Amino acid sequence: MSNIALEVRDLVKSFSLDGATIQAVDNVSFQVRSGEFVALVGPSGSGKTTLLSILAALLSPTSGQVLIDGQDLAKMNERERVKLRREKIGFTFQSNNLIPFLTARENVEYMLRLNGALNHGSRIRSDELLARLGLAERLHNLPAQMSGGQQQRVAIARALIHNPAVVLADEPTASLDTERAFQVVETFANLIHENGRAGIIVTHDLRMCQFVDRVLQMRDGKLVRIIEDKNEILEFAGAAVH
Amino acid sequence: MKNFTLATYLAIKEVVRNRGRFFLVALVIALITLLVLFIAALGEGLANGNRQYVANLDAQLVVFLEKSDYIISSSRLETNTARSIRRVEGVDDAGAVYTSSTEIVSLPEPLKVSLLGAEPGRPGMPPVVAGREFRSGEARETVIDQQVAFRSGIQIGDVIEIRSTQGVDDEFFELKVVGLVSGQSYFFQPTIFVPPSTWEKIRPQSDSELSSDTPFPNIVAVRLTDPSQADMMMTRLVERVPNIEVTDIETTINNIPGYSAQQGTVQAQGFFTLLIGILVIGGFFQIQILQKVPQIGVLKAIGSSNGMVGLSAVIQIIIVTALGVGIGGGLTYLFSLGFPPTIPLVFNGARSLIAVALLLSIGPVGGMVSIIYAVRIEPLKALRLG
Ligand SMILES: Nc1ncnc2c1ncn2[C@@H]1O[C@H](COP(=O)(O)OP(=O)(O)OP(=O)(O)O)[C@@H](O)[C@H]1O
Ligand SMILES: [Mg+2]
Repeated sequence: MSNIALEVRDLVKSFSLDGATIQAVDNVSFQVRSGEFVALVGPSGSGKTTLLSILAALLSPTSGQVLIDGQDLAKMNERERVKLRREKIGFTFQSNNLIPFLTARENVEYMLRLNGALNHGSRIRSDELLARLGLAERLHNLPAQMSGGQQQRVAIARALIHNPAVVLADEPTASLDTERAFQVVETFANLIHENGRAGIIVTHDLRMCQFVDRVLQMRDGKLVRIIEDKNEILEFAGAAVH
Repeated sequence: MKNFTLATYLAIKEVVRNRGRFFLVALVIALITLLVLFIAALGEGLANGNRQYVANLDAQLVVFLEKSDYIISSSRLETNTARSIRRVEGVDDAGAVYTSSTEIVSLPEPLKVSLLGAEPGRPGMPPVVAGREFRSGEARETVIDQQVAFRSGIQIGDVIEIRSTQGVDDEFFELKVVGLVSGQSYFFQPTIFVPPSTWEKIRPQSDSELSSDTPFPNIVAVRLTDPSQADMMMTRLVERVPNIEVTDIETTINNIPGYSAQQGTVQAQGFFTLLIGILVIGGFFQIQILQKVPQIGVLKAIGSSNGMVGLSAVIQIIIVTALGVGIGGGLTYLFSLGFPPTIPLVFNGARSLIAVALLLSIGPVGGMVSIIYAVRIEPLKALRLG
């Protein structure tokens, strides 16, 4: 049995706006094992980004517990949270992913620099990873000189390069064409599986679910459905095609 | 240490990849530097023009008439004061100084000069750098400031004519130039020196003064045997010599009419220019940081610490400011080469150094708000802004 990289227990996040309270995440519990790739789906506003922010220690939950590699986020101070984000988590954001004044290669290498792990070997790994994501010709491009999809792929490389326990990707395929999106998510899935990371990908495009091991479906902050059977997942992903 | 390396890396990459934008800011800082350095040089130049003679006196103490408030022009001492002072033990030598001003008219354009009477070989008479000293007595000889020679083309051996108002009539006197002294500007004017008796004859004076032929010195410059005993000697002189007050060179300079006010004005100009610099830099970096919120959010979300991000902002501001001050210093130097010598600019003063130090600090001071802002940006901004 592979170990549990991420565990969420009774997680709640509510926002108060003009007197009204929004339950952005409403009593959510689940686990993700190392080497497992999970899709988080649901309509806009269902709380996917909010959930991911809490998992990445960017946002404190109203109540509930998050454990990453067995460590309770609530018991950490800010300094330890920064360290956790740097070492244990890889993140791609919905937009504005990259540091605009660093090239594709430098963006990925920055993650290694942060962890004091930039050396000859890791440099080569970084270039290889970028090449696998179809960016071998784009190493020296600045973000402004790349398409949205290329930028997302650089962000994926950055989220993986430092061997984090958990990789969180918020809609990495939003700006990709279908063909590219399939390719990217497949490569993403392979990298997660090969390297034994726990991966969560948020997507609107249900077809992407064919590459994952489990689907978590959210609505109004609640986890309304979990699909684990491979055939069921393929059916869920296929159903979207029609 | 790792933080510092990483912060420097980020700061430099950003500046290099946005060189156009940062160069423009550096240029603005360069222009402010140019302005501040010129104001500082002007201040130094004006100060020199005003105080040079007094500052270069070969003396530690200056004796004034009692209750003259250390103002040279309001002080008129007894003729024999210098002699009494010389007899006090601890005094190496003392020389009477007589001040007035006049105009050299034997030139295509009349030149206003300070007319100083001083005793050859005594404090108050600066060393001659070319030619010889004038003879004492009533010799119609003069030693002139190199500035005068330089501006008018007068040479040693020439005879100059000065105009001086005696009572209600203009009178003209001829003086033979026998030597040159250097750096002896007084009261914004270059100086010409004459013996005391000659000074009494040729200085502009009112009807009532015309009757007397005894020259009254304004001040007596006192050189001490032991300069470190200045404080004690001030008291001793006042005790031994009647009707005088004594002070040091610095106080004498500060009491030259208009000196302090003028320096205050120049310093205020410099201060406001620096203030404008701080506001401009502050504005630029503040706007820039507002644009960079998502980017800083990402940096923090992927695990960069607040301290490192703040440090990077500081380093960046220092790089840009230093670049600007460097360019500005270079420009100032180039411009100064082409400036006419009549404009009183002096660059090698401590003022220029202070100005450079202040200029280097305007970046970090101006950018302070933006640095604090950068440190406070929440990493969540990486997700919620886009
Ligand atoms: N800071 C906040 N203050 C108040 N309400 C918020 C805040 N952040 C999110 N919300 C609300 O929480 C709910 C969930 O938002 P979230 O961004 O997590 O949805 P999402 O599933 O990621 O949507 P999308 O697919 O459009 O990205 C929304 O109703 C949103 O308005
Ligand atoms: Mg979202």
